[in-house]
Amino acid sequence: MIEIEGLRKSFGSKQVLRDVNLTVKRGESLVVIGGSGTGKSVLLKCILGLVPPDAGKIRLDGQPVTEATREDFLARFGMLFQGAALFDSLSVWQNVAFRLLRGPAKRPKAEARAIAIDKLKRVGLGPEVADLYPAELSGGMQKRVGLARAIAADPQVIFFDEPTTGLDPIMAGVINDLIRSIVSEMGATAITITHDMSSVRAIADSVAMLHEGVLRWQGSVQEMDDTPDPYVQQFIHGRAEGPITALR
Amino acid sequence: MIERGLASLGRVVLDGLAGAGRVALYALTVVSHLLRPPFYGREFLHALMQIGWLSLPVVGMTALFTGAALALQIYAGGARFSAESVVPSITAIGMVRELGPVLGGLMVAARVASSIAAEIGTMKVTEQIDALVTLSTDPLKYLAAPRVLAATLSVPLLVGIGDVIGIMGGWMVGTGRLGFNSATYIKNTWEYLEFWDVGSGLVKGAAFGFIVALMGCFYGMNSGRGAQGVGAATKSAVVAASILILAANYTLTEVFFSA
Repeated sequence: MIEIEGLRKSFGSKQVLRDVNLTVKRGESLVVIGGSGTGKSVLLKCILGLVPPDAGKIRLDGQPVTEATREDFLARFGMLFQGAALFDSLSVWQNVAFRLLRGPAKRPKAEARAIAIDKLKRVGLGPEVADLYPAELSGGMQKRVGLARAIAADPQVIFFDEPTTGLDPIMAGVINDLIRSIVSEMGATAITITHDMSSVRAIADSVAMLHEGVLRWQGSVQEMDDTPDPYVQQFIHGRAEGPITALR
Repeated sequence: MIERGLASLGRVVLDGLAGAGRVALYALTVVSHLLRPPFYGREFLHALMQIGWLSLPVVGMTALFTGAALALQIYAGGARFSAESVVPSITAIGMVRELGPVLGGLMVAARVASSIAAEIGTMKVTEQIDALVTLSTDPLKYLAAPRVLAATLSVPLLVGIGDVIGIMGGWMVGTGRLGFNSATYIKNTWEYLEFWDVGSGLVKGAAFGFIVALMGCFYGMNSGRGAQGVGAATKSAVVAASILILAANYTLTEVFFSA
């Protein structure tokens, strides 16, 4: 279970996160929605320790995630980045098996390669891509490789940062289905941030809406459709008119 | 008006001191990572190849032409005092003490600091550095430590090879253009060259290698967003490395050779 309490983060005079409180149950897939610049990515980065929060507590299974315990947390963690963030200098299988080739989870090279090829197969890629380099792959294939890397060490917690951004609708659907099936089958706790409503409907057990640095609303997908909250309704229907002001 | 000028000057000084402090802390952290496991051998060997072996042609060519030009200059200058015979020894001393390490260091700075800053800067803007963290890998340990160690070890070797090539450049001009006897040229070169002349140049090379890789990594990891950010980081890395090399050269020369 991931618990976030009173999380605050400012950059200069700009308050990005203002007292965010959030709980994600073990095995739950939470999708955080919200417009660009509402603090979704900063929220993920604060949880990961990539950005130090100004205030607030983050607990994983009841244990606070601090500088001292972050290694343990990361060892149980996988992440799919918005642009896949594959390492250009490494081949596809070396990217997927990155964690298995070094550090505490290190395995013999042949075993790591076999696991990488197995994970690639899980995301719909054949062994023929294993020795290619990221620059030789399409955007959709890179996302799949990023997904394979995220699940390579069988993590208990997975984060997905804008998993369908930049993909055509068909490939976006494929990635959404993969994420849903992988999260269900692994029993992992997942947090996805997106503004793609098709992702929300495909991936989410529950949905939280972040707006102007605070958690505006949280509930199930069904509740999201039924809620009278004008912010949620404007966002999920993509209306230009409403309480959320956009720069035009 | 004067107050505003002083305030601006103060801000520049404070920013400069803060920057120097950040670089010093960064350097200490990188050095501490060199002493603590895990060690990334594959990344170190890759950096050794990129920084050392692949810099050899540019350092060698620089040394060759510099040695040749130096011999011509010393001959022309020495002729004013009827001291043409000092060409072999002064060329050798000038190469191994000063020009070999400094020009070699500057050429490596141009080639390597820019390459490291651009590579790491691009990794930063494409979230590859963040990905390393999420994969339980410290970016400083994985990216900076192997490069800094590889540069610190390989630049002295490059300088040593450059010294030999530079002296050879002087010999080619000395024997081919200035009428020196080959055996006499080599004898004079060898006879007047002391161990510390070469040793001091190699120590300088190690210091310059450390500076080059450190600046490349520091500016790469602190790169701004987008292509412009990476471009600015690359430029800053080369400028900072070049200036620090020249400053370190003066300081080390004072330490090694001041009377």
